[in-house]
Amino acid sequence: MDILFIIQQTLSATLGVNAIIFALAAIGLNMHFGYTGLLNFGQAGFLAIGAYSVAVPVITFGLSLWLALLIGIFNSILFALLLGVPTLRLRADYLAIVTIAAAEIVRQIARSATFNDSLGGSDGITGKFGKEFFDLNPFKTGLDTPILRFNGNDLWVVITGWVLVAIITFIMWIMVNSPWGRVMRAIREDEDAVRSLGKNVYLYKMQSLIIGGVIGSIAGFVYALSRQSVQPDNYGTALTFFAYTVLILGGAARVFAPIVGAMIFWFLIVFIEQVLRAGVTSNLIPDWLIGVNQVGQIRFMLMGLGLMLLMIFRPQGIFGDKKELALDAKA
Amino acid sequence: MLSAAAGISLVAAPAHAADPATKLYGIVTSSTEQPLAGVGISIEGPDGFRAEVETDSAGAWEVLVPTKGTYSATINEGDLPSGQALTDPTKGTVKANIFMPGVELRLLFPIGPGVAKATMLERSAQLTVDGLILGLIIALAALGLNLIFGTTGLTNFAHGEILTFAGLLTYYFSAIAKLPVLVAAPIAVLLSAFVSGFLQDRYLWKPLRKRGTGLIAMLVVSIGFAIFLRYFFLFLFGGDTRQLPQYAGQAGLELGLVNITPKSILTTVIGIGFIVFATLWLLRTRMGKASRAVADNPALASASGIDVQKVIRAVWILGAALAGYAGVIVTVNQGVSFLMGQDMLLLIFAAVTLGGLGTANGALVGSLIIGLFVQLSTLFIPTELKYVGALIVLILILIVRPQGILGRKERIG
Repeated sequence: MDILFIIQQTLSATLGVNAIIFALAAIGLNMHFGYTGLLNFGQAGFLAIGAYSVAVPVITFGLSLWLALLIGIFNSILFALLLGVPTLRLRADYLAIVTIAAAEIVRQIARSATFNDSLGGSDGITGKFGKEFFDLNPFKTGLDTPILRFNGNDLWVVITGWVLVAIITFIMWIMVNSPWGRVMRAIREDEDAVRSLGKNVYLYKMQSLIIGGVIGSIAGFVYALSRQSVQPDNYGTALTFFAYTVLILGGAARVFAPIVGAMIFWFLIVFIEQVLRAGVTSNLIPDWLIGVNQVGQIRFMLMGLGLMLLMIFRPQGIFGDKKELALDAKA
Repeated sequence: MLSAAAGISLVAAPAHAADPATKLYGIVTSSTEQPLAGVGISIEGPDGFRAEVETDSAGAWEVLVPTKGTYSATINEGDLPSGQALTDPTKGTVKANIFMPGVELRLLFPIGPGVAKATMLERSAQLTVDGLILGLIIALAALGLNLIFGTTGLTNFAHGEILTFAGLLTYYFSAIAKLPVLVAAPIAVLLSAFVSGFLQDRYLWKPLRKRGTGLIAMLVVSIGFAIFLRYFFLFLFGGDTRQLPQYAGQAGLELGLVNITPKSILTTVIGIGFIVFATLWLLRTRMGKASRAVADNPALASASGIDVQKVIRAVWILGAALAGYAGVIVTVNQGVSFLMGQDMLLLIFAAVTLGGLGTANGALVGSLIIGLFVQLSTLFIPTELKYVGALIVLILILIVRPQGILGRKERIG
């Protein structure tokens, strides 16, 4: 068992591209769920909109990548409006079901053969649509140390990605500590009370949905650019659920929770997977118990189990305040 | 690093003609999954590329293509044996985008028993029957989901896994233990009621209720539980869809305008029996009435001497039995895979939401609407988008009636 290799893989994942994607997706959810109390289960839809908005304009229509990013922001605002108009009047559990349905609509349309020409069908889109971004990369050689390893492109994505996460987190911090942010938290606690103070709750919820959704679509940009490919089935409901796991792990309604949650989440996942894999290949774990191909399945089982146990025994996560966020919907 | 990679691809570019991995391929099978040999396929691509192939004895064909670009593959419909035709006449030509060298793209030509030649009336009749059967399956699962929601407030995202569990049990009893399906199915339903109903409530949800876990927290717990179970099933069973050995290739009966298999008729009739039983239980028995009282006001029900925990247990057992039977229907007619429950879950939720969360008859109405809509919409939209249509209808109806069709207005927040 190569312990240094396991450490290298684990630390690289802790700081890696996936941690950035999940941190951004969870920051968006934190706006929705943590601060406003909106149970948005359609975050994967926002990521998909972001990812396809980067790939399709560049590959299919030959536009500039920078224009594509603007189109992505615009599309995610449009999707938030489309989603928000019918759903924001609904109770929490209705909202959860409708948003999950909306995200599935996006995914199924994206993977359908009907739109194969522009969206690439179930194979998605693969191509060099991030060329303009990677041309700016000053770190062509990458990073190769015993404990941390990124190739040139990944290093560029990781550095710009964490800078982006820092900027967005800072903006979030300013927003949620402003009077506006206090109204949001008040809506989460008691909508009717806020309404009785003359605030337009619907409008505030819509703003929350748009802001969190745009942050989600930025996570989609990172997802698409880092892989130079968009696969529709990566944007299924599981993505949303794991983004929730990240958020709850860190502690909902805490500004830094998504960042810490994403790092710990990927640290655990990759560490467990690498240890299991090393155990299976070196025959420490017998083959009849876990085959090499089943390591990924064990990983998902542990993710599900982890989410359950976390929610049962520590719903406030690492940083959260149990009193502030009782996570309870009164029907 | 980047420049090195770009350099390699530049060097490789003129060489892709020799790259054997860039190909289009597929397998042409009949409506009964039999390979069709000797069917001509012609490919056209950029720069005047043309190729003609025929399928081999396994129904397989492949064409190596020289460059990236958009290719179109056309099947020669005249080569199809009689009684076989494209299910969608517009799909005789399939387009494929090759974005980069080295990819393999599989192209499908959907072939059915000459459905394209069926009249609109026949297709509508067939789809109506299919839709009613799908609606019944959804209703069986939705009833339990709704009863559990009504009595405990739990939005159970792990309900689909009850279907999968019963389906897998049916498969194991019938294919591995070699029991006849008529014996395996009842055992699966009973075990589903016991394990997915009684044990699940006793050892997972009841302790959580006692701890005072919030409703949203329980919802998230159910998501974690669903993910855990789904991948546990994948771990045990593998990722493929498997058919029961018995009745696998049963021929359909021509009944007037529609074609329906005997196994489908039998499972449907029993399913209707289950629904009638559950409805009578709710309306006539003391326990059923108690469950409606608990759904209406748990505190008041408890104060008037109803044993709330006992009612919840009964509701879980009934709900799991119904959902388990829904899983058996799907398994007998379409085979079982670990994703079966997840695929159904969204439709079940759509049905329940449409009818009104927590209303028993609402679940029935919603299920039939969703089932019929999913199937009948394929008259006008591509089959692969049929679920999208149903979900859009769900959202549209909720704009007009946020509480669902039969839900009470006070239920919205």
